[in-house]
Amino acid sequence: MTTAAPTKTQYEAVIGLETHCQLSTETKIFSNSSTQFGADPNCNIDPVCMGLPGTLPVLNEKVLEYAVKAGLALNCTIAPYSKFDRKQYFYPDLPKNYQISQYDLPIAEHGWLEIELEDDAGNPLRKRIGITRLHMEEDAGKLVHGGSDRLSGSTFSLVDYNRAGIPLIEIVSEPDLRSGVEAAEYARELRRIVRYLGVSDGNMQEGSLRCDVNISIRPVGTDTFGTKVEIKNMNSFNAIERAINYEIERQIKALEDNERIVQETRLWEEGSQRTISMRTKEGSSDYRYFPEPDLGPIQVSEAQREDWRSQLPELPAQRRQRYETEFGLSSYDARVLTDDRAIAEYFDATAAAGASAKPAANWIMGDISGYLNTEKLSISTIPLKPAELAELVGLIDDNTISNKIAKDILPDLLAKGGSPKALVESKGLVQVSDPKAIEEVIDQVLADHPDELEKYRGGKTKLLGFFVGQVMKRTSGRADPKLTNQLLNKKLNS
Amino acid sequence: MIDREQVRKVAHLARLELTDEEETQFSGQLNSILDYFEQLSELDTNNVEPTARAIDVVNMTRVDAQESYEARDRILEGAPDRDDDFFRVPQILNEG
Repeated sequence: MTTAAPTKTQYEAVIGLETHCQLSTETKIFSNSSTQFGADPNCNIDPVCMGLPGTLPVLNEKVLEYAVKAGLALNCTIAPYSKFDRKQYFYPDLPKNYQISQYDLPIAEHGWLEIELEDDAGNPLRKRIGITRLHMEEDAGKLVHGGSDRLSGSTFSLVDYNRAGIPLIEIVSEPDLRSGVEAAEYARELRRIVRYLGVSDGNMQEGSLRCDVNISIRPVGTDTFGTKVEIKNMNSFNAIERAINYEIERQIKALEDNERIVQETRLWEEGSQRTISMRTKEGSSDYRYFPEPDLGPIQVSEAQREDWRSQLPELPAQRRQRYETEFGLSSYDARVLTDDRAIAEYFDATAAAGASAKPAANWIMGDISGYLNTEKLSISTIPLKPAELAELVGLIDDNTISNKIAKDILPDLLAKGGSPKALVESKGLVQVSDPKAIEEVIDQVLADHPDELEKYRGGKTKLLGFFVGQVMKRTSGRADPKLTNQLLNKKLNS
Repeated sequence: MIDREQVRKVAHLARLELTDEEETQFSGQLNSILDYFEQLSELDTNNVEPTARAIDVVNMTRVDAQESYEARDRILEGAPDRDDDFFRVPQILNEG
């Protein structure tokens, strides 16, 4: 999408993301009100989050723990000494006229994460994206504009402060991203990480994960930066990718038409698939940060930090790598299986119960995932346990049942669980692997279809499939398919 | 010295509309306040660590246990204007 005609200048995009991620705590960052999403307006408010006189904020210990864990998972340096600051602006979404955030001493800095994309040949492309900083802050309230959906047409606004004081971490990336695809994958990996950690649900529709994009373009080969534009309002990973692709084209066109690119904030419009200027008044964002006097500083001791580090789970990138080296899975399979921690754990448990990795992976990524999607279920709650899936895979491996029979009984197992072996035996589905028994059926089939037999022997070898089908029909699909093929071949060609 | 231009800027940031007289009045008052604080510069602080607070405590945290604030309606009542469960604010003229 970014390629210009061969004679023209080639441009590259320089992209960084600022991601706000809501932490999964019970209560707000500085007060005891609930963080529940979708509560009635202004149900979850209290004197602290409303900034009433005489109140004092106190930091929620979970917020600190989650922020440090996220920082560690992003390979950051955790600040031994950190503090909160007031970011001041006057807008009705802030009850106090300032937001408690972190300015010059964020809790974590200088990290990175690794994204994995695929080249045209299907080979993995890995790239390390720098994390500039991660800090803790409180969210603002939500405005509902009266008399109109749009701000411009409203005569008043209604404010819901349930969200004011919800704990967030803001994660700022280095400008290491070069395309919409890379940026969207970075955001996905970030979400995978916070979900693996259990520090956030990463739900974009509910606003638990919000990404702002900073983007400029420059001729390939130069290392100065062009004028930076900020894009907001993308509420899916796809929208991030599309907004960036649109913006790259818009900026290239502006440069080629000798227009100036204005440093500004633009909004992604999902309906029209374009970005539009927000026209903010110049000089209105002067936040005059100063240290928050109501909150003491934070010191994370080495012992505390290492204790939290020891609680980190295996992270998505590590898991992807392990699936390739330990199980010999393709990078694609490794990516699909590790996307969701519960799925990955289910796979690990299945493999630990003795299942061959590739067939187990195929069952989980194929039929089981399909079932979970259709039924809107989570893998951790279905009756079919990993050990039972391992048993099913084992039954196919040792030729007790065919793959076809396994597929037939899977719905039953998914709905009720239980031992596949017991089910197969009680239903009489054990594969017929006795050559004599199969030969008997073959003889009957050949005797009953003399015409087809003659045609086959006359050169119409495609009829082999017909004979296989007949044998399967007479054994209710239980004849070992491989053996049936071999024996049929022998009989037909003798 | 703080001039009228700076007073206007601060007023804009705080979304305040000032009359000409107020701008003159506040320029003077703000200058006296700043002059008063300027007395602190007489002290030599070259070897003093910057400090944000007087009390030396760190890591004051609370347990993440939910407790609803019962008098929520009184907070709504205390606002200049409410609309049922919402706080109602005047028309917003410019973002940010």
